[in-house]
Amino acid sequence: MALTNEYIQAQLVAKFGDQVTTFSTTYGTLSFESPKELNLKVLQFLYDEPSLGFTFLTDLCGVNYPDNIGGELVVVYHLHNFTENVRLRFSVATSIAQPDVFTASKLFESANWMERETFDFYGINFVGHSNLKRILNVDEMDYFPLRKEYPLEDQTRIDKDDEMFGRG
Amino acid sequence: MEANHNIILPEGSIEKQTTTLNFGPTHPATHGVFQNIMEVDGERVVSTVQTVGYIHRAFEKLAERRPLYQITPITDRLNYCSSPINNMGWHLTCEKFLNIQTPKRVDYLRVIIMELSRISDHLICNSIVGVDTGAYTGFLYVMQYRELIYEIYEEVCGSRLTTNIGRIGGFERNFTNAAFTKLEKFLNEYPKTLREFESLFTRNRIFMDRTQGTGGISAERAMNYGFTGPNLRAAGVDYDVRVQQPYSSYQDFDFTVPVGTTGDNYDRYLVRNAEMWESISIIRQAYEKVQSFKGTDADVYHADVPEYYLPKKEDVYTKMEALIWHFKIIMGEIDLPKGQIYNAVEGGNGELGFYLISDGGRTPFRLHFRRPSFIYYQAYPELIKGGMISDAVVTMSSLNLIAGELDA
Repeated sequence: MALTNEYIQAQLVAKFGDQVTTFSTTYGTLSFESPKELNLKVLQFLYDEPSLGFTFLTDLCGVNYPDNIGGELVVVYHLHNFTENVRLRFSVATSIAQPDVFTASKLFESANWMERETFDFYGINFVGHSNLKRILNVDEMDYFPLRKEYPLEDQTRIDKDDEMFGRG
Repeated sequence: MEANHNIILPEGSIEKQTTTLNFGPTHPATHGVFQNIMEVDGERVVSTVQTVGYIHRAFEKLAERRPLYQITPITDRLNYCSSPINNMGWHLTCEKFLNIQTPKRVDYLRVIIMELSRISDHLICNSIVGVDTGAYTGFLYVMQYRELIYEIYEEVCGSRLTTNIGRIGGFERNFTNAAFTKLEKFLNEYPKTLREFESLFTRNRIFMDRTQGTGGISAERAMNYGFTGPNLRAAGVDYDVRVQQPYSSYQDFDFTVPVGTTGDNYDRYLVRNAEMWESISIIRQAYEKVQSFKGTDADVYHADVPEYYLPKKEDVYTKMEALIWHFKIIMGEIDLPKGQIYNAVEGGNGELGFYLISDGGRTPFRLHFRRPSFIYYQAYPELIKGGMISDAVVTMSSLNLIAGELDA
C-alpha cells in the first residue's frame, strides 16, 4: 500500500485531533504544525506507528518570523520514510520571549548538532539537550545572528535600502 | 615542594589514567581544518570532542540579501571538491520552485557534469585514504584525471574549482567541441587508470588490514545519525536520491546503487570505487544521448525563461527587451512567488538539500542548506571509540569530510 499524504493526515488527526493544524501540500510534500509542547509526541508517533515509519530526520532548522507575535521562532523538521519514499515537513512555533522547545536528540542522534546549530543562530533553547552550546560561531558571541533583528548590511550605509530588495 | 613551584598541573591530572591530546587544528590535504580534543589511553581513543566552525562564513545569512543567481557562487564553496553538483542542486531547486521545465538536452549535459564531479569527489576521497595509510602513488595516478575533469569544467564555464557553472534554466553557453573532445579522452583513459588504482589497493594486504574493521557503523545507527550518500550505502542501506527522487532525468539512465555491509572504512572505499564505475557508465549513456540530438536540437542549452536566464550579450546591446531583462536580472528586481520548498540532490557525500522559504520578496526569506558532512560528522566519536589514533585519521578521511560543507 502506498503511503499517501491523505493517509498521513488522517492518522495524525485521528491521534491528535485539532491540535495538529494548517495541513498543506506544496510540491508534493505534506506540511503541518502543532503546539510546541506536542513536538516530541508527534515525532515519536510518526516514528513508532508502523504504517507511517518516519524514522529518518533529514533536516532540522530554525526560522524567524518577527511579525508573527507569540510565535516569532519556528523549528522545522523534515522527516523521511525511506521504504515508502515519502517526505514530510513538520513545524512548531515558539515565542521569542521564552524560546523553549523539547529536544529531539533522544529520538534522533542526528538532531544533536542540528539543534546546536539552531540554538547558535536563533537562540532556541532545546530543553533536555545534553550539550546545548554554540557550534559554528565563537563561544563569546552574545547574540543570535540569524534573527531578523540583525540585518546583514552595515546600517551606517545610506546608499542602499530595503526597497531595492522588494521589502520597502 | 618548593622546587616544583613553577609546574602547575591541572587538578586531577596525576590521578586520571588517560591523557588529553589536542589533535589539530590540522589541515588534512584539501579537506579543510579540523580539531579534536581526544582522551587517549596509550594509543587507544577513549573519547573525543570535535571542534567545528573554523571556516564558518554565514552563508545562510548572506543568502537572505541576494537574488537567486547571486546565491550560486555561495553554493560553490560548500563541498568544493564537487562544486558543480552544488550549483546544479541549487539551480534545480530554483527551477522546481519556479515551475521551470528544462529541455532533455540540458538535463543530459547536467548529468555529464554532475557525474564528472562525483568522480572527482570520490577519487580525491579514496586516494587520500590511500595517502593516510601510507600509499602515496595511487593519489598521483588519479590526480591527473581530476585535472582533466577541471579542464572540462574550464571549457564549459571558464573556471575550475569554484565553478559557478550554469544558470537557472540551463548553461551559460553551449558545450564546445573541445569540451566533448576532452570528455572522450577522459572516457577512454580514466577506466584504465581506475583499474590500476584498484589493483594497487583493493586486494592490498596492508591496505585491507588498515581499513577493514575500523570506523564501522551499523545500518540502524547510521540512519539514526542521519548518514546519507556513500557512507550510508557502505552500511548497507541502498538510499540514493538519484533513484528515490530522480531529478535532471536520472530516470532515463541505467545504473546500479552499490552497497556495503559493515559500514567500515574498507566498505566505504569499495562503495566509492564502485560508484565511480557507475558514474563512468552514466556519462557514457548521457554522452550518447547528447550526440543523438541533431540539427537545431543540438543547439539547445537552456530553457526559455527570460525572467531568470540572462540574455545573450549581443542582444543586450541591440534589443530593447533583452536590455530590460538583463537589467532586471542583474539588479535582482524580480519578485519571487510565495511559498516554501525542500529539494535535494545526491551530492558527493550525501543528500545535499536546499530548504527555501520565500515571502514574495526578491531574495529568499530564509535559505537553509542541508549539509551531509555536518550531519554525519557528529558520529565521529562513536566511530573511532576504542580504536587506535592512526585508525582515527583514516576514518576521518574515509568519511570524506569537507570543511566548507561542514561549516557553511
